[in-house]
Amino acid sequence: MRLIQKVGEWLDLRLQLGAPIRETAGHPVPRETASWFYVFGSAALTCFMFQIVTGILLALIYVPSAGEAWNSLQTLNHGVSLGWFIRALHGWGSNFMVAIVLIHMVQVFLFGAYKFPRELTWIVGVFLLLVTLGMAFTGQVLRFDQDAYWGLGIGASIASRVPIIGPWAVNLMLGGPIIAGATLSRFFALHVFVIPGLLIAFVGVHLLLVLKLGINEWPMPGRIVRRATYMQEYRELTHKQGIPFVPEAVWKDILFSGFILFAIAVCAVHFGPFGPSGQPDPTIIQTAPRPDFFFLWLYALLSFLPPSAETPILLIGPAVGLIVLLVLPFVAGEGEKSWRRRPIAVLTILLVAVGLGSLTHLAEHTPWSPVMDAWSSQPIPSEFLHGRTALERHGALVFQAKQCHNCHSLDDKGGQRGPALDRVALRLTEDQLIRQVIQGGGNMPAYGKNLSPAETTALVAFLETLHPANQKPARNASQAVTLGASEVSPR
Amino acid sequence: MTAENGISRRAALVKLGIFLNGIVGAALAVPILRYLLSPVTRERRTGYDSWLLLGGLDQFPAGQTRLATYKNPVVNAWDGETGDIACWVRNVDDQKFQVFAINCAHLGCPVRWFAQSNLFMCPCHGGAYYQDGSRASGPPERGLFQYRYKVEGGKLLIKAGEMPTPGQPVANKAGGKTTCA
Repeated sequence: MRLIQKVGEWLDLRLQLGAPIRETAGHPVPRETASWFYVFGSAALTCFMFQIVTGILLALIYVPSAGEAWNSLQTLNHGVSLGWFIRALHGWGSNFMVAIVLIHMVQVFLFGAYKFPRELTWIVGVFLLLVTLGMAFTGQVLRFDQDAYWGLGIGASIASRVPIIGPWAVNLMLGGPIIAGATLSRFFALHVFVIPGLLIAFVGVHLLLVLKLGINEWPMPGRIVRRATYMQEYRELTHKQGIPFVPEAVWKDILFSGFILFAIAVCAVHFGPFGPSGQPDPTIIQTAPRPDFFFLWLYALLSFLPPSAETPILLIGPAVGLIVLLVLPFVAGEGEKSWRRRPIAVLTILLVAVGLGSLTHLAEHTPWSPVMDAWSSQPIPSEFLHGRTALERHGALVFQAKQCHNCHSLDDKGGQRGPALDRVALRLTEDQLIRQVIQGGGNMPAYGKNLSPAETTALVAFLETLHPANQKPARNASQAVTLGASEVSPR
Repeated sequence: MTAENGISRRAALVKLGIFLNGIVGAALAVPILRYLLSPVTRERRTGYDSWLLLGGLDQFPAGQTRLATYKNPVVNAWDGETGDIACWVRNVDDQKFQVFAINCAHLGCPVRWFAQSNLFMCPCHGGAYYQDGSRASGPPERGLFQYRYKVEGGKLLIKAGEMPTPGQPVANKAGGKTTCA
């Protein structure tokens, strides 16, 4: 022990870091901030450091070449001792990092931490969110599989819609005319050098601001932030009733960070690494690419936006969202901090959470996508065929053979792109069914050119049988009258 | 020489140093920017597209739509499988062809052909196209992208080399229902 002390003293005489470190560690913080609500920022930093370590470990094996990346991931998964575990740690660490950054953001928003004088801390935090999402997206690309390949295609398609410079933006993003080696190389440079560099710089400024301005005090309803008096009030709060950050507050940060690392490791062991899915071979088209979890909401949104509004919303939406986040501390820099007195803030968070949650949930089921193999792999349940005429059964055959099942479900089997047809005969009369099949409409292709009259007759005869036994199919109530009238009219 | 003069001379030297660094930095920025923008400038100069052989006409029977693949003209040795690109070839009547890009006109996912219902369907966001490539339903704003083609000596050639995206002026010209050749 004496030796360690002597070495320490020898070093400190030269480095002279001991005193400033002790001073920083023991700086006073408001008593109430030693709370479990204040642990997310440090946990996000822990995740980031963990990602650096696991990332470097992966870089020992990974080959950032379009021709070899997928193979090197296979080697990591199967050929290198515990390579799969390091991949799983990095993948789950990424998910945890994004999640904790989001939770941290919600917490500081609800606690009013972006208000005077911490506007810049919030703004740097917004950039930290952006670069964290940038890391998540570029990391998904480095897992160079089918999802990554077609995900890049989606990114390029979005970039191409930028007015005037769109096509150039695509070439710049892909590093050439197609998704290939140059694309992976530049995403590797982004993921490993550029964005981590930005992250380290932003984290440095973010932490410096937290130390200079002090941690946000626990918001009390009625304690109003005023530019003129806040600094004085905060100084009294920290110096009169404050506690030293180390050790009185820091133990919760340490415990929570440890818990997060443990949770990442448990997920890594239990769920294993993410992919890679199929090889990045663009001639293999039997694939349904999906983005990683934190971009699923966007995937869902892109299938629900009306076509005409899609490009403006895609290009203007992110800019508007970014401006709202950046302007927030200047618009609401003073006033109440407590979420108990800020109903609109709470409602905003709830709305965003419900919106993103619903879109993510939908993207996990993709009801808008045709089930590509339903026509050949999901037979029509026998109750829909029992006791039917030959014509109706032939119609059922047409239903399968023309891939209607890919978009329409029967007994919850098949696609959900179009409405379920279990009771379609209750909704549409025979004439309406014929019109819908032949002309399409309402987001259904027209089948007029693809069905012979005999096939249409058979198909509609089958669809006419799709109603509960105790309910009669829809009929045109005026038909009898008009037919009767037409019979009468020649007279 | 007074102390004041000395300080002002040093200040002037610092300024000179910063100025010289600025000039060198600006001079270096030009080649760096040209290097960074090379994927764009190259496209503007010569273009990425060139005529490529898809195969003999016997591979594409009349009235059918078949998957074809080609090697992209601009590839590097380390591109691996990503240099192989697929496309759909529709032989309308042995005289007229249509060659569709594999990429959905919505966001570039690979569309699949269903010969029974004569539809192309996209697995990502549910876009669908008729057999002539025109939009049938879903989020795409337009029909499938089409490559220019020509038939020479019983072989089908297409002009390709760049991934088609919705923003490309060329893709817009050749897309939709307009025929090509």
